Amino acid sequence: MTEPILEMKNVVKYYGDTAVLNGISFSVFRGETKIIIGASGSGKSTILKLIMGLDKPDAGRIFVEGEDITKFNERQLVSVRQKIGMVFQESALFDSLPVRENVAYRLYELGVDEDEIDAKVRQSLGFVGLEEAIDKMPAELSGGMKRRVALARALIGEPEIMLYDEPTAGLDPVTSKKINELIITLRDIKSVTGVFVTHRMRDAFTLATEYATNGGRQISFHTEDNFLCIANTRFLMLRDGAIIFEGPDEVLRRSKDEYIKRFLA
Amino acid sequence: MTKMPVSPKAAVKEVQDVSSLAAKAFASMFRRPFYVRDILTQMDIVGVGSLTVVMLTGFFTGAVLTLQSSKTLTTFGAVAFTGQLVAVSLVRELGPVLTSLMIAGRVGSGIASELGSMLVTEQINAMRALGTDPIKKLVVPRLLATTSMLPVATVMADAMGIIGGLFTSVFVLRISANLYLARAWNGLSYMDLFGGLLKPIVFGATVAIVSCHCGLRTYGGTQGVGRSTTQAVVVSSILIIIFNLFLTRLILVYTR
Ligand SMILES: Nc1ncnc2c1ncn2[C@@H]1O[C@H](COP(=O)(O)OP(=O)(O)OP(=O)(O)O)[C@@H](O)[C@H]1O
Ligand SMILES: [Mg+2]
Repeated sequence: MTEPILEMKNVVKYYGDTAVLNGISFSVFRGETKIIIGASGSGKSTILKLIMGLDKPDAGRIFVEGEDITKFNERQLVSVRQKIGMVFQESALFDSLPVRENVAYRLYELGVDEDEIDAKVRQSLGFVGLEEAIDKMPAELSGGMKRRVALARALIGEPEIMLYDEPTAGLDPVTSKKINELIITLRDIKSVTGVFVTHRMRDAFTLATEYATNGGRQISFHTEDNFLCIANTRFLMLRDGAIIFEGPDEVLRRSKDEYIKRFLA
Repeated sequence: MTKMPVSPKAAVKEVQDVSSLAAKAFASMFRRPFYVRDILTQMDIVGVGSLTVVMLTGFFTGAVLTLQSSKTLTTFGAVAFTGQLVAVSLVRELGPVLTSLMIAGRVGSGIASELGSMLVTEQINAMRALGTDPIKKLVVPRLLATTSMLPVATVMADAMGIIGGLFTSVFVLRISANLYLARAWNGLSYMDLFGGLLKPIVFGATVAIVSCHCGLRTYGGTQGVGRSTTQAVVVSSILIIIFNLFLTRLILVYTR
């Protein structure tokens, strides 16, 4: 518990002449979910890309499971990325491959044999409730279905860390509830460490107030009450490339900061 | 913002980037994993997909070349040598260059637009996130496909060109088929064949590397994809024509 799974230390990232991230430091511990909120363009997706090593910071350091990945090359990053699943903002499904091969992609790369792949693909699609879409092409799916296939694809290697980039943006309440519950299940039942990026406060607070318990057969969801506080979910708020809030939802809600109050309203 | 790089510094950087992509592609060609399925798919797209275009180009070029050269040769009273002139011009120059230009247009644009769209929709990032090296998965299969299929396509174009020439010789110029074919065959040396196959290999690599580079460097959304596609075709076509001069010179020096 003492060593963080993910850590950023004074990370600076420039695009052109503007500092998109200007000295970001935070850490995420095992089994914890960090909810990153902030206005559009505040650098949320950039943080996830840096953690994944898809882009390099201009200054600062990034650690994954204690390992400094800042200077890693593509080949060294392969083993780091194996531990991390990422759901991209626009799903980023491979549009030339059917859903089955999209979801199985990581397993093909690892050379897992066909029978095992098939079973795992069905299991993963079952988890997001999309088993019937297995032979469809991405172009035939709705936005919400794509999002869930992307989730299934990210989950298939059973990564210890999940990065979600606005997985519920633009979805109807029923589908977003489903996705939120999936994420809560991963967090509470499977102890997956997560970073959840969103600007929908409703989903953020759902994640911060609901929890899942495993009653042997069935997973059930509950809402925290006055006696109970979810300890494994923390907020982080970005503004102009800097962190302006870090802490649990109770504190965030009581914040006196004008900008935060407007954001929550 | 939408201009091609014109400053000397940008041009040098561009050359550097292309060379580095080429070096990485060649280096990772021999490292596992090998994406055999992708390689075969690309070979099919480049080879089989371009066959009609390449054969039509070859046939009509051969036919028109025969018309023109017989006209010139007649003034010297050497019309019997038509077959030789046509065969040599085709195998040495027109076959490789025209085939490669056609494929630069057809395949180069396809490569750049496909990789460009994948880049702007984050599919390339998704691929990297899932543990795949895009150079190995996307660039190497395309490079192998063009370098292996371009010589094949060139041979097809050469053959169709000689057949096209045969048609005009027999039906328009009334030269006998035997004479035309015998002259064509005897006119060719092994070095012509070697040079005629070396060129498309080099041009194939040029098309693949330039087009992949343009695609993977796309910026600015869908509009950027269009720009990359155009650049891929323009740059690879110009490079084919320039490289052809140097290769021709090189081959002629060594065949003395
Ligand atoms: N490849 C890039 N080139 C140039 N600028 C970029 C690039 N990617 C992001 N930016 C800029 O960086 C800033 C942060 O982008 P980022 O995608 O991280 O925002 P975000 O917080 O995820 O926003 P949203 O909620 O809209 O997804 C934006 O101002 C964007 O214009
Ligand atoms: Mg974003």
